[in-house]
Amino acid sequence: MAQTIGKLQIMQHQSGPISIRSGLLLAIFLLTGACTAWADGPSAIPNIFAPSTTPAYEIYYLALFVLTITGVIFVVVEGLIVFAIFKFRERRSDPRHEPAQVYGSTQVELAWTVIPVIIVVVLFLTTARILFAVQDEPEPKSALNVTVVGHQFWWEFRYPSLGIVTANELHIPTSTEDRPDPTFLRLLSADVDHSFWVPQLAGKTDLIPNHPNGMWMDPNTPGLYYGQCAQFCGVEHAKMLLRVYVDTPDQFAAWVKNQQQPAVDAPDVAAGRRIFMTEACVNCHAIRGTEAQGTYGPDLTHLMSRATIAAGAADNTPQNLYLWIQDPDNFKPGSHMPAMLLSDQQIKQVVAYLTTLH
Amino acid sequence: MTTTSVPIFADESWRLPSRGTVAMLSLIIGESAIFTIFVVAYIYYIGRSVSGPTPKILDIPIFMTVCLLSSSFTIMVAEHAIDHGRMALFTAFWALTMLLGIIFLGGTALEWRHLIYIDHLTIRTNLFGTTFYSLVGLHATHVIVGLMMLSIVLVFTLLGRINQSHAERIKVLALYWHFVDAVWVVVFTVVYIVGR
Amino acid sequence: MADQTLPIPSPFEVPQTGTAAFLEWLHDWFVTVDHKKLGILYVVYSLFFLLVGGFEAMCIRIQLIIPHNTFVTPEVYDELFTMHGTTMVFLVGMPILFGVANYLVPLMIGARDMAYPRLNAFSFWLTAFGGLLLYFSIIGGFGLYGMGSAPDIGWFAYAPLTAKAFTPGHNTDYWALALIVSGFGTLGTAINIIATTISMRCKGMTLLRMPLFVWLMLIVSVLTLVTITPLTAAQVMLLIDRYLGGHFFDIRAGGSALIWIHFFWIFGHPEVYVLVLPAFGIASEIIPVFSRKPIFGYSAMVAATVAIMFISLGVWAHHMFTVGMTSVGNAFFALSTMIISVPTGIKVFNWLATIWGGRIRFATPMLFALAFLVQFVIAGLTGIMLSAAPWDWQLHNSYFVIAHFHYVLVGAIVFNIFAAIYYWYPKVTGRMLSETLGKWHFWLFFIGFHLTFDPMHVVGILGMPRSIYTYEPNRGWNTLNMVISIGAFIQGIAVLILVWNMIRSHRSGEMAGNDPWDAWTLEWATSSPPPSYNFATDPVVRSRRPLWDLKHPNDPDWKYEP
Repeated sequence: MAQTIGKLQIMQHQSGPISIRSGLLLAIFLLTGACTAWADGPSAIPNIFAPSTTPAYEIYYLALFVLTITGVIFVVVEGLIVFAIFKFRERRSDPRHEPAQVYGSTQVELAWTVIPVIIVVVLFLTTARILFAVQDEPEPKSALNVTVVGHQFWWEFRYPSLGIVTANELHIPTSTEDRPDPTFLRLLSADVDHSFWVPQLAGKTDLIPNHPNGMWMDPNTPGLYYGQCAQFCGVEHAKMLLRVYVDTPDQFAAWVKNQQQPAVDAPDVAAGRRIFMTEACVNCHAIRGTEAQGTYGPDLTHLMSRATIAAGAADNTPQNLYLWIQDPDNFKPGSHMPAMLLSDQQIKQVVAYLTTLH
Repeated sequence: MTTTSVPIFADESWRLPSRGTVAMLSLIIGESAIFTIFVVAYIYYIGRSVSGPTPKILDIPIFMTVCLLSSSFTIMVAEHAIDHGRMALFTAFWALTMLLGIIFLGGTALEWRHLIYIDHLTIRTNLFGTTFYSLVGLHATHVIVGLMMLSIVLVFTLLGRINQSHAERIKVLALYWHFVDAVWVVVFTVVYIVGR
Repeated sequence: MADQTLPIPSPFEVPQTGTAAFLEWLHDWFVTVDHKKLGILYVVYSLFFLLVGGFEAMCIRIQLIIPHNTFVTPEVYDELFTMHGTTMVFLVGMPILFGVANYLVPLMIGARDMAYPRLNAFSFWLTAFGGLLLYFSIIGGFGLYGMGSAPDIGWFAYAPLTAKAFTPGHNTDYWALALIVSGFGTLGTAINIIATTISMRCKGMTLLRMPLFVWLMLIVSVLTLVTITPLTAAQVMLLIDRYLGGHFFDIRAGGSALIWIHFFWIFGHPEVYVLVLPAFGIASEIIPVFSRKPIFGYSAMVAATVAIMFISLGVWAHHMFTVGMTSVGNAFFALSTMIISVPTGIKVFNWLATIWGGRIRFATPMLFALAFLVQFVIAGLTGIMLSAAPWDWQLHNSYFVIAHFHYVLVGAIVFNIFAAIYYWYPKVTGRMLSETLGKWHFWLFFIGFHLTFDPMHVVGILGMPRSIYTYEPNRGWNTLNMVISIGAFIQGIAVLILVWNMIRSHRSGEMAGNDPWDAWTLEWATSSPPPSYNFATDPVVRSRRPLWDLKHPNDPDWKYEP
């Protein structure tokens, strides 16, 4: 018995890190919240605590509220546990008989039932207020409508009122108080479940076949926001990346004007164009103003207006286009685009054609 | 450490529920959950088939239903008989119960034959076909399993191996048969009345 | 037992007297219906799969240690996380907890065996073959020439990804079949435990005198009846779709992807409680003994557990806040989820009150139990965060969720399983596990656990979704992922120490005696290991702590209990 007590005392000194580590966790929580909230605008880090829209901000507010309450509970309960572990450790000087045997107390049980119930009521009322405010927001007349279609493994964006179809990089305008111009997304899926998530702009919403969903955002700061598919959708789920460009009204108008043009038809790349139109490319891809009308893959009418290819898997450079056409497995093994088995010369010509599609 | 031994105190009267009944009730709760999921799927998909036959083609199987439900009554008579050691009565009503169950299964077979060959409804035709055959088939499977267990008892009865002392086990088995009947009430209501 | 003259050998003791004796010993393991041997089989089987699932986790963490890593291909990564999840839930969590229950429930209620010993053996072998079937998919999924492809649909297997069009081959079928088979095994065990606790208790063991572990296993078993079965039903539907051309989840025929998600979580959420309640039961046995006090608020603990069981059946859609339910639906499930924190809180406070005023002995089982208490509070609080539906729109499917449920599954359940191993190993084998190795195991595992799962919360808040085989280097996730992976490796080493400890102590551990921890429940009244008939004479009890009454004849519990 005496030997074990010696060991036990070493243990008691080590029980400290429990509280320190847990405290650290809370500190990290609060710091990420506090610091990044001040950093305004878009960031390469898609931090949910750096909101740029009303829904994201509402969620951020709720998060801080819940964190405060749970933080207090955390400190009190963990404090009591650590205190009890320290205070009631077995000591060498303890008498040999057992400690007082206490079986329970109805009053105490009642107290720690009622107090949590009150906390739950408060938490729920706040949650419900924000839930209804965000989810049931009516759509104003001035809203921009975009239909998002999830595919394995890329995003299709349709602007029905503007006659634009594009992929993987969503452009939406800023929405300010004097010029409210929110974007309402309609979320569809062409195959399996996906989820649209750009943390700084809004919470995620799933794209489920046969079950249209909606979400909205009203970004106040222009810039590039990152996100990605958040529902496992198959092999290349990880490379179903999302970019949302929030444009000033002028930039957005310019972008729309360009996108509405039919594809450029440059005569010096006719060879590449001919290969594209005669090979299987047209089965899947559309280029507006040409005979290519496929819908299985991304619309390439203004391919060069996009910064990335393959749903963000690679930068949109001629070299990457070459590698992508040569064998999509170079960037994205498992994507549905086949390797077209073209000669080196043919691929170069197709790339030359594609790079004219501004 | 001091050696301890099993504590023994003054005798108290001590009776516990039958383990057979407890286990069968547990099984029934679990089975109910399986049926619930299939029933929910059936109800959810009512009217959602994009093509093919609809539940309108179903005829209400009144005779089958009467047979199955009265088998619950006949098995009760059998239970009562074995309780009082009247083995001949038990054998007769046990066999009658099985007969009613077999008639029910035969009715299902004829219904399915009609649906498959006349109405061209199979499990792959549309959502109605999928959910109908799954739910009704799940129930029919339970009837088959029930009949298999009943027939084991019947064989042993005819061999003279069953007597009054088996009354409790017989009742546990009867509990299962009552459950199969009760489920039919739900399936019947959902498929032939609500869903049609 | 006092009248026991011959020491009973450990059940692992391989006879050294020739091949025939060895074969007989082996044969005995295959045909046994003894609840203790079956319990051991469950635990050994689960520990084996714990190593397999752990190995898969290590591969996942090697892949994610740096961005754009190419340690495994995307296909293999998907298989790894699918198999990791399925293995840990179905082949480790449930069998090990049911195995512990198999061993302990009859001993704790003073019974000679389970109510249905043969059903018990049947259930174990079903579970065991379910596990083998799942891993056979590696060979069987695409035949010999396509060997090496396991199920890759995620353990949640959302339709329509499971349709033939998206997952050809047979690995999804093996997945579904394996879960159906092991599900029936689990169902059989649950029925057996219910019948045993209701109908096999020794004299004087009223329901309100049963040890809390037995109570919790009873409640878990009832919950299992209505939890595993919906999964079985949904799996049957999936197989009807895949083999008979049905349309349950067929999008083109009007089928619904959503209904699978509902069915899965109607199973999936109560499943969490099926796993965590036995762990609570273990803690409720260990914490009092090492605090030297009875459990505080016994009846409140039972009532809270019953409440958890019922409420847990009405919270499943909190996994579905992002699928586009109505706002009222979302609000309902947010509320029901928050309410479940009340009975759970009651349990935490009762454990706290049990150590309060006690005299805590820091033996290894208690270290794990105390760490559980500390970690479970955090798991509960992050659970409340996730129940706030709008916040969940952000946190759902991010690493924050991964961190939360690993805090429950590892921080609460695995810690308690380890506590149980250290606590009852002496009873099972007759020998103590090494305390020195135990302390190493505890501290390494504790540090590794926090290095892994604390940063996961943060990386989730920074927007990292789950199920991705790689990530972009500029997202601010690199350092955190490095730390997470290092933590995982430390946990791996700790588990290997446990394995070594179990093997080594079986040969050379200190002899345990009947009651090494000076405990109070009936299993400590018989010898270690117990004889095949458990008790030479049927015990009779008069209180919740029969051995306390025996050791303190002047101050027995039954004087104070109602």
